[in-house]
Amino acid sequence: MSQPIRIHAARDFKERSLAALNDPAQRKNFRGAMDFLQMKRRAQFGDKDELTTLRDLGEAIRRYALANLPELLEQLERNLTANGIQVHWAETADEANAIALGIARRVDARLIAKGKSMVSEEVGFNHAMEAGGLETLETDMGEYIVQLAGEAPSHIIMPAIHKTKQQIAALFAEKIPGVAYSEDVDTLIRIGRQVLRRKFAEAGIGLSGVNFAVAETGTLFLVENEGNGRMCTTVPKVHIAITGIEKVVARLEHVPPLNSLLPRSATGQAVTTYLNLISSPRKPGELDGPEEVHLILVDNGRTQAYGDLQLRATLQCIRCGACMNHCPVYARIGGHAYGTTYPGPIGAIISPHLRGLEATYPLSFASTLCGACVEVCPVRIPIVDLLVRLRNEAQAREGSADATLRGSGAARTTLVSTIWNGWALIYSRLRMYRITSWFMSRGRAQSPVEQGAWTRSRTPLTPAPKRLRDLIKETNQ
Amino acid sequence: MSARDRILGRLRAAPKGSPVALPDIAAWHATRPPLATDAALAKFRSNMEAAHAEVHDTTAQDWPLLLARLAAEKGVRTLLFGPDTPHGAQLAASAPAGVELVPYDRPVAQWRDRLFDGIDASITGARSAIADTGSMVLWPDANEPRLMSLVPPIHFVLLDAARMHANLLAAMLSERWASGMPTNALVISGPSKTADIQQVLAYGAHGPREVIVLLCLASGGKP
Ligand code: SF4
Repeated sequence: MSQPIRIHAARDFKERSLAALNDPAQRKNFRGAMDFLQMKRRAQFGDKDELTTLRDLGEAIRRYALANLPELLEQLERNLTANGIQVHWAETADEANAIALGIARRVDARLIAKGKSMVSEEVGFNHAMEAGGLETLETDMGEYIVQLAGEAPSHIIMPAIHKTKQQIAALFAEKIPGVAYSEDVDTLIRIGRQVLRRKFAEAGIGLSGVNFAVAETGTLFLVENEGNGRMCTTVPKVHIAITGIEKVVARLEHVPPLNSLLPRSATGQAVTTYLNLISSPRKPGELDGPEEVHLILVDNGRTQAYGDLQLRATLQCIRCGACMNHCPVYARIGGHAYGTTYPGPIGAIISPHLRGLEATYPLSFASTLCGACVEVCPVRIPIVDLLVRLRNEAQAREGSADATLRGSGAARTTLVSTIWNGWALIYSRLRMYRITSWFMSRGRAQSPVEQGAWTRSRTPLTPAPKRLRDLIKETNQ
Repeated sequence: MSARDRILGRLRAAPKGSPVALPDIAAWHATRPPLATDAALAKFRSNMEAAHAEVHDTTAQDWPLLLARLAAEKGVRTLLFGPDTPHGAQLAASAPAGVELVPYDRPVAQWRDRLFDGIDASITGARSAIADTGSMVLWPDANEPRLMSLVPPIHFVLLDAARMHANLLAAMLSERWASGMPTNALVISGPSKTADIQQVLAYGAHGPREVIVLLCLASGGKP
């Protein structure tokens, strides 16, 4: 089954979001889902003091890990290797895929059963495997639905959040042989379970993501509810885990606070059904589990964020999705409009490092800067500050000190910079400012009725009949 | 230069920033006082039940009888067990009537089809439990392999009530996990589930549909 190649061009963002805004059915799905997830999260964090302490700690743990990232990665590698887990490093998406393909060829695998992994989405894993002649099968129910529909996930935690059960019922009836239309969720899940169950045993490789990689013990920590992650990491002969280099934590005892924040922030669950801690392949005498375990550590632009002390905070993320669940923009346009693997606020701040600003800068402008994301982020990423920084980067003049990222200056246009230069010129000279403002207030009747994007959904801007200085003068008389 | 060296090189070349102190986990731990035994048990039970698991009281002697009754009620005809565990031996000695005991005694590759399609239920021990979230800790091993708690639709878990921790951190610290992790450690909080279809919760996604805890108390419980 193929994973669509998505169009990431920044220019299409506006069109996609307009289309999404004009899709009432989809908006209803998202609104409903967001309300539900927000309510569930709130119910988990009734005790504000507890939440504050926990967030402080979560932030401290992630910042500590980042401050010591190179050393921790080496320690992780050492301990994983000592435990028998093979560690690979990939600078780019292509390298990550090539490593997986190499393993697949060596063990002669034909089918890869996949647990949920956003990094695999990020590197276009399915597509690369298919190009290499392998079949990939998503086994997380939401991901399975999305793959069956030939779509991409629209949310990092709930991939099929944009779909109604009617749509899923129709999809199953159409795509799975011998399945009759049923809107009953239990029936649908049972069908998915039956179809996928046989596949775990057929798959030569199981792929998974990683939630936290523990340097101290060489442990891969995975959370999930469905059990497909455990299937993928236990049944096939080979398990490949793929994750970003930032997912490491120093100590095992650093996991419980993060693991308390993650599901509560994400779906309002106190804990997921399974915590799956993997520290080694099958040992002699053991009767199940993979004979080989591999970890692919992916950079894919993360070192760019790391190289900047402000932007480094982006890498604190534990991918809970709370920021998108609380984002007024995400709630209205949904996940696909962003055109990136990670949508919502986290998508806007991480994607520029993964794909360059040129392809992603509109995302940083798709925010009201209301700060709802900052308020809920369990590891206190200053998302709004980062959005503003990325906006500045997008407008920075090439070669200037403000242009530090791949694609900086991508949003800069001659028209806009000329206007701002003119504005700066006038506003920094008193006489010119007085004359200009006098003409503007007197000539307000001549204000254009069409003011580009502004008037598309708002009334035109007109200068006030009296300038502020005139009003002050009048009051003082 | 390898990808590894280039990645680490870039990380090392990055500005250091102000040093970050080692997070004070102990201070956080101290804000969450240990629970009294009864309170911990009650919390474990209510959390487990909220997660759709069943909790039945029994004792270390009587649980095979309880298991026999529950297995009969649920129509279990094949029960997977680990013959080389103490409780496996105990079970074999008092096998429930009408239930075929299937030992997990060879590598999964040799009997995968039967495991996936021909087993109604399994029974495993739990290493300990966590009150805070209603969870059970399992460290599968050669005697009780990993798939026992995953593949059969019903999972019976034998749990000693004395092995109750207040929370995950307490379990990790007092059992000294960091000084030697097993191949696979599991923390299980009820039957497998999904809410991927319109946020409707459905149980029995890929793992067990039912998780049934046989909670062994020092004194009592009806079989
Ligand atoms: S940025 Fe914060 S809120 Fe958003 S996914 Fe990451 S950790 Fe969660």
